[in-house]
Amino acid sequence: MSPLKIKKGSTSHSAYNLRPTFSDTQERHTLAVLVENEPGVLARVIGLFSGRGYNIESLTVAEVDHTGHTSRITIVTTGTPQVINQITAQLGRIVSVHEVHDLTVEGRSVERELALFKVTGRGEDRVEALRLADVFRANVVDSTLESFVFEITGTPEKIDAFADLMRPIGLVEMARTGVAALSRGAA
Amino acid sequence: MAQMTGAKMVVQALKDQGVDVVFGYPGGAVLPIYDEIFQQNGIRHILVRHEQGAVHAAEGYARSTGKVGVALVTSGPGATNAVTGLTDALMDSIPIVVFTGQVPTFMIGSDAFQEADTVGITRPCTKHNWLVKETDALAHTIHEAFHVARSGRPGPVLVDIPKDVQFATGAYTTPRQMKSHYQPAVKGAIEGITDLVAAMEKAKKPVFYTGGGVINSGPAASQLLRELVEATGFPITSTLMGLGAYPASGDKWLGMLGMHGLYEANMAMHDCDLMINIGARFDDRITGRIDAFSPKSKKAHIDIDPSSINKVIQTDIPIVGDVGHVLEDILKVWKARGRKTDKEALASWWARIDGWRKVDCLSYTPSEKTIKPQYALERLEALTRDRTDRFICTEVGQHQMWAAQFMGFEEPNHWMTSGGLGTMGYGFPASIGVQLAHPEALVINVAGEASWLMNMQEMGTAVQYRLPVKQFILNNERLGMVRQWQELLHGERYSSSWSEALPDFVKLAEAFGAKGILCTDPADLDDAILEMLTHDGPVIFDCLVEKHENCFPMIPSGKAHNEMLLGAAETQGVIDAKGSVLV
Ligand SMILES: Cc1cc2nc3c(=O)[nH]c(=O)nc-3n(C[C@H](O)[C@H](O)[C@H](O)COP(=O)(O)OP(=O)(O)OC[C@H]3O[C@@H](n4cnc5c(N)ncnc54)[C@H](O)[C@@H]3O)c2cc1C
Ligand SMILES: Cc1ncc(C[n+]2csc(CCOP(=O)(O)OP(=O)(O)O)c2C)c(N)n1
Repeated sequence: MSPLKIKKGSTSHSAYNLRPTFSDTQERHTLAVLVENEPGVLARVIGLFSGRGYNIESLTVAEVDHTGHTSRITIVTTGTPQVINQITAQLGRIVSVHEVHDLTVEGRSVERELALFKVTGRGEDRVEALRLADVFRANVVDSTLESFVFEITGTPEKIDAFADLMRPIGLVEMARTGVAALSRGAA
Repeated sequence: MAQMTGAKMVVQALKDQGVDVVFGYPGGAVLPIYDEIFQQNGIRHILVRHEQGAVHAAEGYARSTGKVGVALVTSGPGATNAVTGLTDALMDSIPIVVFTGQVPTFMIGSDAFQEADTVGITRPCTKHNWLVKETDALAHTIHEAFHVARSGRPGPVLVDIPKDVQFATGAYTTPRQMKSHYQPAVKGAIEGITDLVAAMEKAKKPVFYTGGGVINSGPAASQLLRELVEATGFPITSTLMGLGAYPASGDKWLGMLGMHGLYEANMAMHDCDLMINIGARFDDRITGRIDAFSPKSKKAHIDIDPSSINKVIQTDIPIVGDVGHVLEDILKVWKARGRKTDKEALASWWARIDGWRKVDCLSYTPSEKTIKPQYALERLEALTRDRTDRFICTEVGQHQMWAAQFMGFEEPNHWMTSGGLGTMGYGFPASIGVQLAHPEALVINVAGEASWLMNMQEMGTAVQYRLPVKQFILNNERLGMVRQWQELLHGERYSSSWSEALPDFVKLAEAFGAKGILCTDPADLDDAILEMLTHDGPVIFDCLVEKHENCFPMIPSGKAHNEMLLGAAETQGVIDAKGSVLV
């Protein structure tokens, strides 16, 4: 996929409207950003997104190399190809950023998110909740006579689907981790 | 490894980094460092009168030497006063290191006296910053700070040092022991370079569009640029930030481009078939209306910062690398392929350019009664042109644009101006920094009276250190650039654009123990300028100029390069509602 497909000579609404000369299709990309785990590094990354008006759909971060003090930030963002390109370039120039990978363009990748769902109810609803959890391979990690907490991992779409089904049954609260992603294969 | 206090480490690290001047202002949180400065001679500390002045002075020092400029300020208000200078340096890619004192580590977060979240506040206006919490890490951090400031795309960095870290003892590390993963690539990919050379061989209407990146890359880059321009015979224009990289006296020189650039430069940009951007960033002062920007050209872009490429304008031939390295490779490849250009096409391209030159876009209506600002700068230029050690700084406004238009720069690093942020109050402290770096040189700050007042307290610094900086104030008693926009865009309603209650600048100079010169008559101008030049000391030159002169040419906001205004007659109703929301 070439992020540089540009419509030449398209009209703009404002002289400063930079985007229309570039393609204006919105894309969703998952970025893996390896950073020095030092104080303030997350603020630098988030500040870049807010300061330059980029979107964050989800962001996860944790140290992945305790001896080398590197953390991995996974960001899901949306934008035109030109904006996505800018985001990777701008991330790349942060001094504490070691590597930026656009997993969406670099080949196939796996994406997983973990979520906890609290579902309350009695009688038939409880049975139905357990049946759906089984279909989605969600585990029960807490239960009372009136409630369950389910743990589910999967793609964000799978979690959305699970939530849509659980909502009428009695979904009252949910916590999601955001996406963690890795490229497929040996590379 | 030598053991020493953090405060001593700061001084030692500065020496090891080759620093000879530090601009600063003391306060409680940096007293240990000031104590160390007091007890040595290698580093000269210049006491400014406001921390903003310290940072701009460090910028002037850096831009005029190619070295890293250094400022030292205290915590809290000292740090917040440095923010404008940091932002200015970030926008203009100026390498500086700013040291701030901080409250002791055990008091951070307690709203302690003069505590500010300095790294938080300055994160978006530095290239990088550090809060150093351990003395053992201090020396390494300082060396890395210098490395980051000057490597890749240069910029300002800040090191925040809590007071207890300054007092404590730790191990000193030398610059050679410094390890940093930050190593931006300087060599351009050969594919792009070959593509560009192939495009150059075929181009019928090429133009070099050069910028501050050439200056950032160092004097060797300017030398290579000159060689490339002479060898190819292509016309060259530059942004405000790149003036001097190619000499203004060169016959391929089209003058500055952009909003207040020359007609021939902007027309060449609009009509070219190959645009070769070397270290410029397609700023909105250059492009005007994006969708009408040079519609028929193939565009090559050489820039060390990948984020500059395709940020604003789509590039056909991107080359990420350092200007000097890339130009060297371009020359090699171009020569190896037989030094080809389309000479016939170039001759007719030059014929068109010469036609545009005949428009004489900088002409203005002379006056025998009042000093026209353009005339004042023509005379300043004529009377100082032959001094190769002439450095020009500016403030921000009309005078800045006239200085860019009417003064000729022959060498890089001799022109200091605030381009990206457009900081009024930049020029005077910058001139102090330049003069300190070049004690024998002629340093002139071309100023507007309003801008100059913003950092006029630095007169104290100039006098204290006997810095013979010449403050050449084009005094129109107006916030001239604002007034011009109000005339063109806001129905001549001059809302708050008057400089009222101005000081008597001659008396002001005298009050500081400097020399003041007032000039009101064009007939006296040459003598007055010569008096300024021969005076061995700081001078405030109050040049009363025409009050309502407009700066032309001008590409109105929201217009294309070929819709340029050349003079007063064309200004009625030219900026539409869409254009007027732009700045
Ligand atoms: C009142 C006012 C009016 C103005 N009007 C005009 C005008 O009419 N015309 C005009 O030109 N400007 C004008 N400006 C200035 C303008 O706002 C910008 O500051 C300027 O145009 C930017 O210059 P530049 O493109 O050379 O970029 P710079 O800001 O100098 O940026 C340099 C570029 O080069 C790159 N670079 C840095 N180092 C290297 C290296 N070693 N190798 C390769 N690349 C490198 C950087 O990544 C960056 O992209 C005006 C400013 C003011 C305040
Ligand atoms: C710190 C700051 N505040 C406001 C502005 C907006 N501004 C740009 S030019 C200008 C007027 C400058 O007047 P003066 O210094 O007298 O120069 P002139 O335009 O008259 O030559 C102003 C207010 C600015 N650039 N910087």
